[in-house]
Amino acid sequence: MSKNWIPSVESAAHNIRKRVLGLTIKQNGCYLSQALSSAEIIATLYLQTLDLAPSTGDFIPGKFSGVPGSADGHPAGHGGKYNGRGSGAMDRLIISPAHYAVVIYAGLVEAGRLSQDAFETFNTDGSTMEMIGAEHSPGFEMTTGSFGQALSQAGGVALARRLRKESGRVVVFMSDGEFEEGQTWEALQCLAHYKLDNIKVIADVNGQQVDGLTKDVMNIEPLESKLRSFGASVSVIDGHDPQAIDQAVRHTETGKPQFVLCYTDTSRGIPLLTPRKPHLHYVRFRDAAEMQEFSDFHAAM
Amino acid sequence: MPESNIHNRSLVAWAKNTPEAVVLSGDLTGSTEISGFRDAYPDRFFSMGMAEQNMLSFAGGLAREGYVPLVHTFAVFMYRRALDQLSMSICYPNLKVRLFGFLPGITTPGGVTHQAIDDIGVLSAIPNLTILEVGDATDVETMLDPIHAIDGPVYIRMMRGPIRRLFPAEESLQIGKARVLSTGDDIAVISSGVCTEDAIAAVALLKRQGLSVEHVHVSTLKPFDDPQISRTLEKQRYGVITMENHSVIGGLGSCVANRIAEEKLSVRLAKIGLHDTYAHGASHPYLKQKYALDGAALIAVAERLTGQDFGLADSDLPEITATQQNLRSADQLEAL
Repeated sequence: MSKNWIPSVESAAHNIRKRVLGLTIKQNGCYLSQALSSAEIIATLYLQTLDLAPSTGDFIPGKFSGVPGSADGHPAGHGGKYNGRGSGAMDRLIISPAHYAVVIYAGLVEAGRLSQDAFETFNTDGSTMEMIGAEHSPGFEMTTGSFGQALSQAGGVALARRLRKESGRVVVFMSDGEFEEGQTWEALQCLAHYKLDNIKVIADVNGQQVDGLTKDVMNIEPLESKLRSFGASVSVIDGHDPQAIDQAVRHTETGKPQFVLCYTDTSRGIPLLTPRKPHLHYVRFRDAAEMQEFSDFHAAM
Repeated sequence: MPESNIHNRSLVAWAKNTPEAVVLSGDLTGSTEISGFRDAYPDRFFSMGMAEQNMLSFAGGLAREGYVPLVHTFAVFMYRRALDQLSMSICYPNLKVRLFGFLPGITTPGGVTHQAIDDIGVLSAIPNLTILEVGDATDVETMLDPIHAIDGPVYIRMMRGPIRRLFPAEESLQIGKARVLSTGDDIAVISSGVCTEDAIAAVALLKRQGLSVEHVHVSTLKPFDDPQISRTLEKQRYGVITMENHSVIGGLGSCVANRIAEEKLSVRLAKIGLHDTYAHGASHPYLKQKYALDGAALIAVAERLTGQDFGLADSDLPEITATQQNLRSADQLEAL
């Protein structure tokens, strides 16, 4: 992308927000706040920063055909095809918080890797475009709805790529709630022990979880110093600034896994949602009047 | 004489021509007999520390890239501590990860925290997973090739240390195929793991009393589809006795009960195993007597099924055997 890439990324981020708000209205419920906090992160990774191989997934994904190991089932890692499943110098993108599925699908559309028509099947019976994705879902190389497992698996991938002398990066998109899981720290301990500097973690630190503010439910801060003390290289940035995201992901420190902490806002771009903070894990509208209010906002986007 | 270090040696030999095999250790390298592999192939050995959740998911990641991770730790730290990782990072994607779970049942004095008494029951409900249990030196020595041929995850309920050889060295473990050790039609004994050694001695005594006993050793607990089991079950006059170093809920006895019901076989079943209880830390000989998991228990159940009193004393059974190691031996101390 040219040096004038920022307006394109900002436009894609806007489209991600608009598409997910549209779905939230249509289905009266969706993981909307996650789209609002991570739109710039996802748009920047897909459109600008990562070297992803072309998608080999179907532009309009077929129906769910079965679990791995079953006759005609999707093989392991099927959804990763949409991220190219790169080898050699190409990057791998692994999505950890499966609840962000709708954001990933929307990001794939903006990247030209998935048809916008596919959204017609989002969260409908028999579709691979599930609400909480698994590895048959577009963009999902792993089944990561149980939090904290992707980083360890990505560590295995990163070690395998190093053993094969591949130069491409293993990039993990993570949510901040996952820092409450013990396995995340087991994983980081291991990444640092094996000096896996080919792994990069991009975390959406939006400070909210189901029960409320992360600092009230189970405080994870100070994240930066904790991560550093575990042996990580850490960047702290404004997660709505595409240039900052791009620069931070390109930063490397030899021998250390790298974390980019993207501090974000769960109502960014839709200020109508701000009064409902911090209970935005799954956004539904209370009544017809509120639905109309958001529909009008959507129409004006 | 029991043989020692079998897995340690056979793994090194097998891995020589299997470059995709990597070994992960959960800080139990000596205790799970992978020090030989570590020394022979240091570039394929990875110390993962005491962090089993990470170890299992990490193994999944390696398997996704075409490596075949052989994960070694005590069974409890895989199926109990890291069950979600085992299920979601390994079994759901049907990856070629091999989980070697040591210290089955009451074979360790390590107590309740170290004794895997319900692993088969817990893991049997997990799709895609093959479950094996080894019972002698030949099983341990010959399992790696048949396991490698399985295109999906495998859990192996492992033995270690001095192990007696019960089956001819050239008769390899075969997936889904039980070993028929004797044939008969009064009662059947279906045993697994370390129980088979005790069962062999007890069955010999019963046969000397004139009883016709069929004895079958099972090493594949899942899938449990060997037609030999049905052939054994359908011809017994008095009944069948299952004998397992595991809870009687969810293990071999439950597998046999399912078969009896599914095929409408008319045979009485008696299960020897842990009867819905945790055990505690003590020697294997002590525990198997306390929990009625020894040869004497098998004879008592046979008497109950046949309505006969064979008048056998404990002294008629063999003394402490290979798998019933001395609590104070060097092997045992290192194990903990």
